[in-house]
Amino acid sequence: MKPLSRVMAIVKKEVRQLRRDRLTFGMVVGLPVIQMLLFGYAINTDVRHLATAIADQAGSHLSRQFIAELGQTQVVELIASVETADDLENLLRRGEISIGVVIPHDFDRRVGQRSRAAVHLLVDGSDPTILGVANQLRAMPLGFDSTRSATDALQIIEVRPFYNPERRSPVNIIPGLIGVILTMTMILFTSVAIVRERERGNLELLINTPLSSAELMVGKVIPYIVIGMLQLALILGVGRLLFDVPVRGSVLDLYMAATAFVAANLSLGLLISTAAATQFQAMQMMVFILLPSILLSGFMFPFDGMPTFAQYIGEALPNTHFIRLTRGIMLRDAALSELLPDLVYLIGFTVVAMIFAALRFTKRLD
Amino acid sequence: MMSSDFAIEARGLSKHFGALRAVSSLNLDVPRGQIYGFLGPNGSGKSTTIRMLCGLLTPTEGTAIVLDTEVPGDSRLLKPKIGYMTQKFSLFADMTVFENLQFIAEIYSYPISKRALRIDQLLENYDLVAQRKQLAGTMSGGQKQRLALACSVLHHPELLLLDEPTSAVDPQSRRDFWANLFRLASGGTTILVSTHYMDEAERCHRLAILDRGVKVADGTPGELQAATGMHILEITADDPYAAQGAIINLKEVASVTQLGMRLRVLIPDSYERPVELVERALAARNVGASVFATAATLEDVFVAVTLETPEAST
Repeated sequence: MKPLSRVMAIVKKEVRQLRRDRLTFGMVVGLPVIQMLLFGYAINTDVRHLATAIADQAGSHLSRQFIAELGQTQVVELIASVETADDLENLLRRGEISIGVVIPHDFDRRVGQRSRAAVHLLVDGSDPTILGVANQLRAMPLGFDSTRSATDALQIIEVRPFYNPERRSPVNIIPGLIGVILTMTMILFTSVAIVRERERGNLELLINTPLSSAELMVGKVIPYIVIGMLQLALILGVGRLLFDVPVRGSVLDLYMAATAFVAANLSLGLLISTAAATQFQAMQMMVFILLPSILLSGFMFPFDGMPTFAQYIGEALPNTHFIRLTRGIMLRDAALSELLPDLVYLIGFTVVAMIFAALRFTKRLD
Repeated sequence: MMSSDFAIEARGLSKHFGALRAVSSLNLDVPRGQIYGFLGPNGSGKSTTIRMLCGLLTPTEGTAIVLDTEVPGDSRLLKPKIGYMTQKFSLFADMTVFENLQFIAEIYSYPISKRALRIDQLLENYDLVAQRKQLAGTMSGGQKQRLALACSVLHHPELLLLDEPTSAVDPQSRRDFWANLFRLASGGTTILVSTHYMDEAERCHRLAILDRGVKVADGTPGELQAATGMHILEITADDPYAAQGAIINLKEVASVTQLGMRLRVLIPDSYERPVELVERALAARNVGASVFATAATLEDVFVAVTLETPEAST
């Protein structure tokens, strides 16, 4: 029973210290909430109200009707009317508008013939999202055109967005955001946990006691697993409350996946802390994990669109696998048993990282 | 297994950090139940030796038997039997005095039924009753040091290793601290304490003087003082600086130290009639001074054994 009571002694000590460390304690709650609000409200790939100017060279009844309908899509917001296409280009270059609409003199005739494009859109291609939105505009039905119905349009492919039919960004983002937030806090806490004791000299005391490295590691990890679970509950709660993000699959499955993921991150954090000499170094190493976890995990950009080399890096990161798990469970109502490879990877990652951390952390100073 | 009379027996213990020889071929015999001192300047290898003895550092060469356990070896058996007080305060600054003691009791698996009693006893013995609920980080140097000592003896270790325990406390705290050490030693605890204070070294039962990783002398303070191999002279002069100038370059003079209006002069005892020798040198420069021979203090011993020798300076 001695090992168990020593582990519990470490757990008790960690909780005591955590409770007195207001900054860390605040990060446990504050970091997830702030990130949720930032990502949930700010990141919106479903773009609306793009600043738009129009050069209406036709000035006909039909063109005015077209402009009115364009405004009703809410995709664009008409902020200016100019004379020529050159004026539009100037506005684009200065960043005052994202889209310029050129309606040529012979607009009415072109609409009738349908052999040539009736309208030109000048789009700020420096932002890929805006370009994507402009492409959507091409599919805008020409309701004013009495000569054909909407179904008559040349559409051979129809897109049916499964699992997120309203195409709301928070629904896509928050399952991935759980992974990013847990990566950030879990690695941060543990990577600093041992380095801080080394810096403060506590480690020299600890390694002179009967405490073993494994007992120390396990004792340090347990409180943070609990914190990780609390953070998950917080994220799910806020996601539900503010962004109406569903959990379509089993909550139990989600928690099991999260436990494996938290354990993987904590063991990675411990590994970092055995390699870093100072808290600052630990932070630097954490950034090396965190950035790819955001950029290469499929959180920001579709995984399949990345170059092969980046995909290899992505596959190695726990967050990539966890995002697949959360999106599957939360949005697609998948069972954990259908997503087994990702869960197995997380467990394997934990075991390997823990072994390396325990091996690297010797009870010696040399 | 027969228990040895010595708590520590080290043979040829060395530790090299790259090209730096922190400790070279150290032999050490520390009798049980005594206070054994390590005297030496900063960087003389005191901390390195203590860390090797408790298994924190692996010796480059040599071995030691610490409480009948071989070092380097399985230090797990050794840990419960030794107490170690680090040079830098190493307890948890963001926990109270009581919480720190409680944590140490838990880590050493101190019997639960006796824990509360033992902690109360330590708070009493080390004058920390009033600080029971104070955060360790907010205490004074002396209080921190008493807490560190209390934590290192909580589990009744047979051997206590103290690495410069008094370097950050005031003289009164040092006196109280040594009173505590004597009480522990009388209870049978062997204590190895490193220091760079002469007055502390003088209180030890035995001591070893370390200089640049080499043990240059060991024995009881009395033995060391009797065997300096030096004449000790004291010169009282109106102008000690002039007196120093008159004798510093004599080939017989090994060392001159100024103490206020007095000079302490060490001359190897291979030279005879040292008083006359010095008086002649002073008279030649017309320096008015009185010279007499005196007994060696531990400081003289220290100066005598750590004198720069031609081999050592390379």
